[in-house]
Amino acid sequence: MMGRYFAIRIGRAALTIVLVVTFAFVVLRLSGDPALMILGPEAPSEVLAAFRKAWGLDDPIWFQYLDYFGAIAKGELGRSMRDGRPAIELVLERIPATLALTLPAFAFKVALGVPAGIYAALHRGSAIDRAVMMTAVAGFTVPSFVLALILVLVFAVQLGWLPSGGQDSWRHAILPIATLSLGGAAVLARFTRSAMLEVLGQPYIRTASAKGVPWRKVVTSHALPNAAIPSVTILGFMVGTLIAGAVVVESVFAWPGVGRLLVVAVANRDLAVVQCILLLVAMTMVTSNLIVDFLYGFLDPRLRTKGAHA
Amino acid sequence: MSAPLVEVSAISRSYAMRSGMFGRAAAVHAVDGVSLTIAKGETLGLVGESGSGKSTTGRIVLGLEPPDRGEVRFDGKPMAAPGTPAWRAQRARMQMIFQDPLGALDRRLPVAAQIREPLDIHGIGTPADREARVRELLRAVELTPAHDARYPGALSGGQRQRIVLARALATKPDFLVCDEPVSALDVSIQAQVVNLLCDLQAQLSLTLLFISHDLRVVRQISNVVAVMYLGRIVEIGSADDLFARPEHPYTQALVSASPAPGRRSAGRIVLAGDPPNPAARPQGCAFHPRCPRAIARCKSEVPALAAVGGDRQVACHLVTGAETRDAA
Amino acid sequence: MVTPLVSIQDLRVAFGGVSVLRGVDITLQQGEALGLVGESGSGKSVTWLAALGLLPRHAQISGSVRLEGREILGAPAAELDHVRGGRIAMIFQDPASALNPVLTIRRQLCEALALHRDLQGNAVKAEARRLLDLVGIPDAGRRLEAYPHEFSGGQVQRIMIAMALAGNPDVLIADEPTTALDATIQAQILELLSTVRREFGMAMVLISHDLGVVAENCDRVAVMYAGRIVEEAPANQLFADPVHPYAQGLIGALPPLDGPRRRLTAIPGTVPDPAKMPEGCAFAPRCALAAEPCGHAAPTLAPIANDRSVACIRAEASRRALLGIAAE
Repeated sequence: MMGRYFAIRIGRAALTIVLVVTFAFVVLRLSGDPALMILGPEAPSEVLAAFRKAWGLDDPIWFQYLDYFGAIAKGELGRSMRDGRPAIELVLERIPATLALTLPAFAFKVALGVPAGIYAALHRGSAIDRAVMMTAVAGFTVPSFVLALILVLVFAVQLGWLPSGGQDSWRHAILPIATLSLGGAAVLARFTRSAMLEVLGQPYIRTASAKGVPWRKVVTSHALPNAAIPSVTILGFMVGTLIAGAVVVESVFAWPGVGRLLVVAVANRDLAVVQCILLLVAMTMVTSNLIVDFLYGFLDPRLRTKGAHA
Repeated sequence: MSAPLVEVSAISRSYAMRSGMFGRAAAVHAVDGVSLTIAKGETLGLVGESGSGKSTTGRIVLGLEPPDRGEVRFDGKPMAAPGTPAWRAQRARMQMIFQDPLGALDRRLPVAAQIREPLDIHGIGTPADREARVRELLRAVELTPAHDARYPGALSGGQRQRIVLARALATKPDFLVCDEPVSALDVSIQAQVVNLLCDLQAQLSLTLLFISHDLRVVRQISNVVAVMYLGRIVEIGSADDLFARPEHPYTQALVSASPAPGRRSAGRIVLAGDPPNPAARPQGCAFHPRCPRAIARCKSEVPALAAVGGDRQVACHLVTGAETRDAA
Repeated sequence: MVTPLVSIQDLRVAFGGVSVLRGVDITLQQGEALGLVGESGSGKSVTWLAALGLLPRHAQISGSVRLEGREILGAPAAELDHVRGGRIAMIFQDPASALNPVLTIRRQLCEALALHRDLQGNAVKAEARRLLDLVGIPDAGRRLEAYPHEFSGGQVQRIMIAMALAGNPDVLIADEPTTALDATIQAQILELLSTVRREFGMAMVLISHDLGVVAENCDRVAVMYAGRIVEEAPANQLFADPVHPYAQGLIGALPPLDGPRRRLTAIPGTVPDPAKMPEGCAFAPRCALAAEPCGHAAPTLAPIANDRSVACIRAEASRRALLGIAAE
C-alpha cells in the first residue's frame, strides 16, 4: 500500500515536469521564429535557411520537440544572448549566492515562526498570543520590498550599522536574510498557531488528558505530531522557493543571486537564461511537493492504509 | 385497506465504491430487490442500522435517484422522467424532510421566505394567497407568526424542524418521506414533533414513509413497519404486532437491544460482530454471520420474503422453511 | 457512615459569566452504577469534565469535588494526572475522533499503562494485549500495531474501554458511550461495560440522554435539568414513579415499544437559554403544574424518602404534609 502511494506520487511529479518542459517548448516556439529573432529581419533568406538547417529548425515539429527534451536531459539549455555562455552555467554559478541567503532565512523562519505559533496557540488569548499575532499580521501584509527599505533606512542609513547592499562580507547578508526571514516567520507562526488550535480542540486531546497524560506530554506526543501534518504543506512551499524566492530582496540589496539574474535576463530579453531559471524553479517546486507528499505518507497513517478497512 | 398511493416493485440500486484512494472499484448493493406498498393515508416505517439501505430506498421512492432495476409507481402511474412537466407536477405532490434541519434551511433567509419558496417555484396562488398560506402553515406547525421574520440560526432544533415541515407541506403534498426527522432532537422536543406529525397526518390525510433507526419512534407513528438489513427487507408487518412478536432473528435482536425504562433486560440478545459492510455482503442470508440461530442452508441460499400468516412477511429459512420449522 | 468514593458538593461552572452548572451535589459509593440523564445542555457532561479538570481554562469553577475525602478540585496538576486514568477514568461519545489518529493502538494503550502501572518492558505490551483481548478485539496481538482508523466505531469504543481499564480505576465515567453507535453495537458495548464493571469492581457513572440505557444499566439515577439535579432515585423507582414534573415529562415523552399506543406527553417549549435563566425554578416556564411560588426561588434538592430526593416545591409540600407539618 505504501509503495503504491509513493509510486503514484513519483509518477505525478514526473508528469508535471514533462508538462512544464512542454509548456516551455510551446512558449518558445510561439514567441517567434528563432532564426529571425537571432539573425534579425534584414537577414538574407539563404542565411536564414542555412541557420534553420544548422539548428534543426526545419525538422518536423515533433522531432524538434523530442530533440528539445533530449537537450534538456543533457542540461543543454541554450546560450545567453548577452555573453554567449551556456545559460545553465550562468544560472548554476549564481545558486550558491542565493542559497547563502535563502537557507539561513529558511532556518530562521522555522526557528522563529514555529515556536511562536505553538506558544501562541498554547496561550490563546494571552498578551503574548496577541503580540505574536499582531506581529504576524504586520509581517505578511508588509511587502518584502517595503520591509527591505525600512530595514535599510534604519540599520544602514540611520544607524549605519550594516551595509545597504553588495556581497563583500557576511555583514552584507544580514539585512537580506532578515527581510526574507521576517515575512516567512510571520506566515509560519500564523499557520502553526491555527494548526495547533485545531488539533488542541480535538476529542483525542481530551482523551489523552483524561487518561492522566501530563499536559506537557499531551502537547509533545499528541498535539504536535498531528499539527505537523498541515504545517508540512507550508514548509514544503517554502522549500520550493529556496531558489527563486529572493527575487525582490536580491534586487533591493544588489545581491548577485539567481533572482537578480532573472530580473536582468527579463529586462534584456535573454530568453535562454529566463527559460533555464523557470525550468529550475519548476523542478524545485515539483521536488519539494514530492517531499511533502512523502512526509504526509510518513506522518499520517490514514493516507498509507486508507481503505484497508472500510 | 384503501388503494396504494406508492408502489415500489423490486427496486435495486448499486454504487461503484473504491476501497481507498486507488483500490479497485467494488459494486455496493445499497438496495437489493426491495418491494413495498404504502396505502393512502397510512405510514410505513422503515427501520435498520447504518448501511441497511433505508435512506437510499427513501431517495429512490421520491425519485431523487433512479433505481437500477425495478419500478416506483405513484398514484398508479410510473414516475415521470426527471425534468419533465409531468415530473414536476408529481414532485409537488411528494416532499421530503431530513434529519438535519439547519442543513436543509438557508441561514441567510428569514424562515417565512423559505416556507413560501415552493409556492413561488410551482407558481401557486397570488402573492397575497401565498402570504396567507405561509401564515396558515406556521400555525399548522404550531409556530406563531412572530417566528416568520426570524432566521434559522435564531431558532431551536425543534423549531427548525417545524419550519422544514411547514415548507414541505406548502404545496399540499400527498406523500411525505421523513428521513430520521427527529433523531437529532432531545426527547422532549422529539415528542413534540412526533405528535405534530401524527396530527398533521390525520388532518391532511398524508401518506408517510418514515425512516428511522429508532424503533420506538417508528412504532409510535407507523401502521406498517419494514425492517431492512444490508439492502433487503428481512421482515415486514403491522407495527404493533411486529414489535410485540418479531419473527426474524435480526428483528428480535433489534427489539431486544432497544432498552426500556422499567424493564430490566432479562436475556437480552446481543449480536456478535460488527455492523455489516455493504461492500462485502455475505453469501446466502446476509445476516447469517451474526445470526445466533443460523443453519447450513443460511450460508448458501438467500431466503425470500414470504408470508407467514396475517400480514407478516419474513425472509428467514428458520421461519419460512417448512422442514426446518418442524425440526426446530 | 463510610466516606463516599466521590463526593461533589455545590459544583458550579460558568463560561464568560454564563452559568451552565448551578450547584450540583452528587455522591458516588464504591462499586455503584449511577446514571445521569438529561437533555443537551443540562450539564451532565460538564459536571464530570469540571470535576476532572478537563474543561477549557476560561471556565470558572467553584464548589468541591472529593475523592475518598480528598479535595481534587483545583488540585496540583501532578495530583490530577494521577487521579485521571488512575482513579477516575473517562470515555467519550464520538469513537471516530476519540483516539489519536497518528499513533498506533499499542502506543496509546501502553502510554496509559506506563502512567498508572508499575510495569516494565515486555510486560507492558503483554498487558496491553491482555486488555484488548478482554474487551473483545479479535487477534489482539496483531491489532495492537494498527491505527484507529482501521477499526469500526464499536471497536474503537472497546479500545477506549481497554484504555480506561489500563489504570485500574475505581470509577469509570462513560459519557454517552453508545450514542453514536448502531442499536446492535450499542447492546454489545453496554454488555461489555457491565461485564468489566463487575470484574473490576468499579463504580460507573453512565451519562446518557437515553432513559432506557440508563434504566437498564444503573442502580441509581439522577435527572438533570438546566445545570441542576432535579430528581435522584433508585432506577426502578424513578421510572415506575417519577416525582419531579420534568422527570415525569421525560418518561412520558418516550414512545413505548409495547402495549397500547398513547399520545406522547410532550413537554412544551424548550430548554431555557443559560444566559437568560428564569427566576426561581428553571423548569417552571414549561411545567404544567407550576404555581405562583415556583417563580420566586429555585427549589433545593431535598430528600422525600430515605433514598430519593427531588427539587420541586410540590414535593416539598407533600413531604411536609407527610411529616405532619403544615405546608403553610
